[in-house]
Amino acid sequence: MNESLLRELVPAVIGVLVRRGADFAAAEDAVQDALVEAVRAPQEVRDPKGWLITVAWRKFLDAARAETSRRDRELRAESEPEPGPAESADDTLRLYFLCAHPSLTPSSAVALTLRAVGGLTTRQIAQAYLVPESTMAQRISRAKRTVAGVRFTRPGDVATVLRVLYLVFNEGYSGDVDLAAEAIRLTRQLAAMTKDEEVAGLLALMLLHHARRPARTTPDGRLVPLAEQDRGRWDTRMIAEGVDILQAALARDRLGEFQAQAAIAALHADAPTAAETDWVQIVEWYDELVRLTGNPVARLNRAVAVGEADGARAGLAALAELDPGLPRHTAAAAYLHERAGDPATAARLYAEAARKAPSLPERDHLTRQAARLNARPRE
Amino acid sequence: MAKYLLLKHYRGAPAPVNDVSMDQWTPEEVAAHVRYMADFAARLEGTGEFVDSQGIAPEGAFVRYDGEGRPPVVDGPFAETKDLIAGWMVIDVESRERAYELAAELSAAPGAGGRPIHEWLEVRPFLTIHSTVFD
Repeated sequence: MNESLLRELVPAVIGVLVRRGADFAAAEDAVQDALVEAVRAPQEVRDPKGWLITVAWRKFLDAARAETSRRDRELRAESEPEPGPAESADDTLRLYFLCAHPSLTPSSAVALTLRAVGGLTTRQIAQAYLVPESTMAQRISRAKRTVAGVRFTRPGDVATVLRVLYLVFNEGYSGDVDLAAEAIRLTRQLAAMTKDEEVAGLLALMLLHHARRPARTTPDGRLVPLAEQDRGRWDTRMIAEGVDILQAALARDRLGEFQAQAAIAALHADAPTAAETDWVQIVEWYDELVRLTGNPVARLNRAVAVGEADGARAGLAALAELDPGLPRHTAAAAYLHERAGDPATAARLYAEAARKAPSLPERDHLTRQAARLNARPRE
Repeated sequence: MAKYLLLKHYRGAPAPVNDVSMDQWTPEEVAAHVRYMADFAARLEGTGEFVDSQGIAPEGAFVRYDGEGRPPVVDGPFAETKDLIAGWMVIDVESRERAYELAAELSAAPGAGGRPIHEWLEVRPFLTIHSTVFD
């Protein structure tokens, strides 16, 4: 059967099993087992959801019976379920909250969300995060134990869910699953279930970033700075969708950090050329973002934007007010010094920034910047 | 989550507190040490933080390219090489503090007299292969 269709059914089917009396951990295991069987099944079935519910419930009963006989006691799950309330649209929403519960560490919340809401297998999640499957299996089962006592019926703070989805979007590595696309799918599904402006803001932000992904790296993996990107490779339909979603959210006048970040991304995506970027408005949005979050990374990005709006000297002055220990502070200083007409200082700072870079693509990019400046003809 | 390499040195790290060469331990002390290491790895797998663990032989060779169509040049081992890696563990943890905490636990593995070795372990973050996007 079609794997991506099946994966979309996973949270609803877990919800059905929980309503029938299964606890979350057992329901989640049973649905995963059923999913594996479904993917292996040779032919399509007319009603995939009904099929998945039937098979998952049977898996749950088998596991429960095994457990019962092991403990030599009765379980109420022995009998077939009452027809009862089959499912509710809220089940899926509750699963988002449960999997992002504040008692979980960020990485556990990410793993549990990808499995129970995203329907990914443990192997796929392990491949995506470059850890052994056995380690990921343990991470997930610990996460399930952590939330075992949490009542399934109570929704939580949507901000915790958004943080988890944003992590999935940003921290994808490898494997056969595109985690950024998966994060967009899960955020889109969440946005369809809630009216929250920040959910819309995060969805818009993801779309506006994802739309530009093809231009962001060369085929051999080199980073391409925004100003040098081939804007013809941006996905204009995705940008238009992101802008529409953002505008509808902003019109409701409940600003939050994701909407502010999306507004900045939209201003970049809107500029036909790098030179036409509205940096004055971008600085204003960074001011909002700093006001909303106080986030030092936002302050750093604001300093770079000030450098574009008011000149490199102004950018360096803004940067001088920030902690030099901030991630990417040296890289920002290098860039602004080059713009200010001091290539020797810029080259030295680029080399220093390369040594501090947290990722290989950034290190290589910064090294190339230093090399480019060092290779210029000597005066 | 971030991955860290915990590096164990045969040579090149500062001297440990309980500095007795392993061949001077009793067989029981060696067995206790090996068990501690295995238990530690198993426990990290249980917490979902284990990625890999390998020991490597102390004797190897230096090898380099010597031009088109020529066999590789093989040299060494060099007694004067200061840094000699004995093995590593790769962990995937929530924070640098957690990486340090685990390295300290590993460093407490028992040695001579059954007392912790207090061995110095080098802790190095992995460079990620993915860079976060900024506008």
